[in-house]
Parts: sequence; structure tokens; C-alpha cells
Amino acid sequence: MIQALSGQLLLGLINGSFYALLSLGLAIIFGLLDVVNFAHGAQYMLGAFLAWMGLQYLGIGYWWALLLSPLVVGATGLVVERVFLRRLQGLDNLYGLLLTFGLALVIEGLFHHAFGNSGSPYPVPELLRGGFDLGFMYLPKYRAWVVVVSLGISLGSWFVIEKTPIGAYLRAGTENPRLLQAFGVNVPVMFMLTYGFGVALAGFAGVMAAPIYQVTPMMGSSLIMVVFAVVVIGGMGSILGSIVTGIGVGLVEGFTKFLWPEAANVVVFVLMAVVLLVRPAGLFGRQK
Amino acid sequence: MRRVWSGQAVFMGWASLVALGVAAPFVVYPVFAMNVLVMALFASALNLLLGYAGLLSFGHAAFLGSAAYVTGLAAKTWGFGVLLSMATGVAVAAALGLVFGLLALRRSGIYFAMITLGLAQVVYFLVVQMPWTGGEDGLQGIPRGKLLGFLDLGDSFAMYFFTYAVFLAAFWLIQRTIDSPFGQVLRAIRENEPRAISLGYDVQRYKLLAFVLSAALAGLAGSLKAIAMQFATLGDVAWQRSGEVVLMTLLGGMGTVLGPSVGVLLVVTMENYLASLGSWVTVITGAVFVVMVMAFRRGVVGEIQALLSRRS
Repeated sequence: MIQALSGQLLLGLINGSFYALLSLGLAIIFGLLDVVNFAHGAQYMLGAFLAWMGLQYLGIGYWWALLLSPLVVGATGLVVERVFLRRLQGLDNLYGLLLTFGLALVIEGLFHHAFGNSGSPYPVPELLRGGFDLGFMYLPKYRAWVVVVSLGISLGSWFVIEKTPIGAYLRAGTENPRLLQAFGVNVPVMFMLTYGFGVALAGFAGVMAAPIYQVTPMMGSSLIMVVFAVVVIGGMGSILGSIVTGIGVGLVEGFTKFLWPEAANVVVFVLMAVVLLVRPAGLFGRQK
Repeated sequence: MRRVWSGQAVFMGWASLVALGVAAPFVVYPVFAMNVLVMALFASALNLLLGYAGLLSFGHAAFLGSAAYVTGLAAKTWGFGVLLSMATGVAVAAALGLVFGLLALRRSGIYFAMITLGLAQVVYFLVVQMPWTGGEDGLQGIPRGKLLGFLDLGDSFAMYFFTYAVFLAAFWLIQRTIDSPFGQVLRAIRENEPRAISLGYDVQRYKLLAFVLSAALAGLAGSLKAIAMQFATLGDVAWQRSGEVVLMTLLGGMGTVLGPSVGVLLVVTMENYLASLGSWVTVITGAVFVVMVMAFRRGVVGEIQALLSRRS
């Protein structure tokens, strides 16, 4: 009983870590660029696939992949911002959503063509094999690592954005980009780097996910639906809010899986509906 | 706003639409033509919301799919007649639209799109879980039956002309709605919501009404699809379908009467002839999306209209 519950909660915590990483990236991008990055799921998948391909074709191991894969994904993000998103500024922000939706289709379609539907396993790195016996449950090392690192990266991002000068520029840009530009900050470059960073976070999450879930072309598209719901529940108002909501939603999902497995897929969206009824701006959002 | 089309042009437009529709089943496969009509109705329903009220729903497949499943259930298991089955499907879609609308309209813009997407996912999972929907296989072998008890719809041509009649009626209704004072108010809300509020319009009510109407029409498309194709599948409730219909509307030109139908014709034709390419279809669809958003935001019909009005 306790074992089953804590097992599901652990699974929920891990899912929640990924939700947190992804919704954090979405929130940063949305805050500054006013773009809902529909390609976030595809970029997460790209991160996982780059890690897998690196190991398969070039013999690049997990640790290097953890560094290189987000960098490559982030670099593609820079290109996407420069070539596409920059030209859509000043238009209705629905166009940004539609554009990134199209990009997601292109990326996923290409990988689907190249690798088909079936998943490829990715080995857990040597250092993180095995686990700890906590008495009431067994905790695999890799899963503990995922939770700790995701939380660390999330809180680190929060710290940078809220407490450092770079973050101050970012927050100023979110409030009023034109005024910030008047102060001599190169706002277009900042936009580009921000999108690149948000996307790199998605790629990072993808590498982290590779040893846990199967690496498949569609691994991101089902996840991104839940992350969107997380974003609506938390509201895009605060960075910390998106982290807390991500973890919280993961735990709620895990708990539901224990109580009533059939409802686990739906509970997030039901939660979203309830939050909308009570607090339309989201738990941490500001009503404008 | 300047009217681009005179009364005569509108009449000519309708005449050629009717002529095209009558000729279609003799030129292409009736099933292909029916598919185009059903999707054109679906896209036109979305366009009512997206093009005229400025609300991007990313969950419209929920209405198409739920109506298709309910119509199938009514016709197959409950033994309802064609019209009653379809009416049941439309009623369910409209009721669902009311629920979606009440929730999603609490936010606007991007959030609205994401909320409709999330709610549509609930419908998707419900359809997957329910015992009568056939899960992954979908609902197969929906009977076409006899229209009003005597017109046998088992014949492809009869089925086609029934589909076409329903399409024309719905299309006419959409056109009337757009031209009505109600449609004018919707456009006013799209252009400047605070001003519409200050003029005393109950903006939320107008939006909700537009949403329910759009959902019901999308449901009508789904009901028609279930009867015409004789099956309902998970693909009809999946979010990819919602994305696809947005693309079709964008491609043809949102906010134009004919745009969605033109977009559907282009996409369905493309999918039909490129079906052998497998996953390249997804890539091409995505690329078309990107090109439309970057270069032709007015869509095919919108660009042509802009060209014509510049010349005159």
C-alpha cells in the first residue's frame, strides 16, 4: 500500500520535474517575446534524439550529451528566432503560436520519417545505475538525479532572473522592451538569446528524459499538452510559480494514478478547469 | 467598411458554387467529394469564430469528434433515423460548446487557445475510455439508413447530394450570420473590445453565442461525416485534427466567406495525392503552415480579394 503510493508519488515527482523545466522555458519565452512556443515539445524530443544519435553514431556519452545537446538545440532556437519569430513581432501573438505549431510538425515529421514510430531505449549512465533502498521503497539513483538536477536548474534559473543584473534586464524587457532599448540595451539580441535559452532548457529536459522514457519522435507532443495545462494553472506571471505548479501537477497526477488510474490522464485538465473557475488568471498569475 | 462584392457578384458566386457541387460527383469520387464538403463545413464553422470573432480555438476537433461518435451511437445502437441521429450529435456538440465556452472565455488570446486545447484533451481521453466508442478501432459500420424513411442513402450519389444539401444550408446560415447585426457586433469586438463594451454590448454573451454556434456547426460536420463515411475514429477527436482545421482556414483565408472551403480543398487534395509519401505529408503540412504565417497571412482568398480591391 505505502509502497504503491510512494512509487506513484515518485513517478509523479519525476514527471513534475520535467513539467517544471518545460513550463519554465515556456514562461521565460512568453514573458519576453510574447510567443507561446508550440514547438517546445518538438525541441524536447530533439534534445533526446540528439543524445541518442550522439551515442549511436559518434559514441558521445551521456555526460557530454547533457552539455552538447542543449547547446545544439539552443543554437537551432537562435536561428528560428532570427529567421522567423523576429519578423512576426508586432503582429497578433496568435501568429507566433501558429508558426511554432508548423515548425513542430516539420521537426516531428522529419524524425518520424527517419526513425519511424517505435521507441529506442537509451542506457542509464554507468555512474547512476543501481539505487537506494529506503526501507519503504526502492529509489533508483537515476531518478533521484533527475529530480535533484531539474530542481537545481529550475531554482538556478529563478535565481538568475530574480536576483542578478542579467535577470533585471530580462524583467525590464518583459515590462517594457522599448524603454529598455532606449537605455542602450540591445533588445533584439536579448530576445534571440532568451528564446535560445528557453529552447535549450527543453533540449536539456529531453536528454534527462532519454534514459527514463523511450526516445520516440512523438515523445514531446503528448507531454506539451500537459505542460500547456500547467502553464494555464500556474499563470505565466511568475517564474517560481511555474516551477511550483509543475512539480505540484506531477504529484497530483501520481496520486490520482494511485487512487483511480483511469483518471490520471485527465486530472490535469480537470484541475485546469477548476482553477479557471476559481482564479481565472491562474494560481500565480496577475489579472491584467 | 467598403463592400468588395456587389449583389450580382454574390449571386454569381452562389450559382457557380451550386454548379460546381452538382458536377463534382461525376468528376471525382463521391467519397472524396463528401470528405471535402464535410471538412469545408468544419473549417467554415471554425472561421466563424476565428475570422469574425477573433477567437482561436485549438480544440474544435472535440466538437467534430464527439458529434461523430454520438451520431454513430444513435444510428447504430439506438436505431435512430438519419436526421434524429444527426440532431442528437449536434445537440451534444452544442452542449459541449457551452461548457467549453463558459470556461475558456474567462481568458482571452493565447490562454483561450490553450484552454480549448486542454478541454479537448479531456474529451479525447473520455472517448478513449468509454466502452461504446471502440477505443483504438473507433466506431465502425454506422448505418446510413433511409432519409425520412424512403430515400436510401446507401447509394453514394444519394448520400453525396444529401451531404451537399446540408452543406449548402449550413453555409448559407454561416453567411447570414456573418452579414447579420450579430456578425457586425462580433467584428466590432474583434477590432476593439473595450469600445464594444463601452457601447453597451454584453461582449461575453456575444462571444459565448458565437462559440456555441460554431461548436454546433462543427458538430453538424461531424454528424454528417459519421453518416457519410460510416465510421468515427479517434483521429476525429485528436488535437492534430484541431490543428489541421486551423491550418486549412489560415491557408484559404480566415475572415473570408469562401476561404476555409478553398483551404480545405487544397489540403484534402494534397493529402489525397501525397498519401503514399507517409510522414512527409506532416512535414509538408508544417512547412505550408510556416510559409502561410510568414508570407501570406491573408490566405489564398484573402490575397486575391486584396489584389482585386487594389485594382478597382
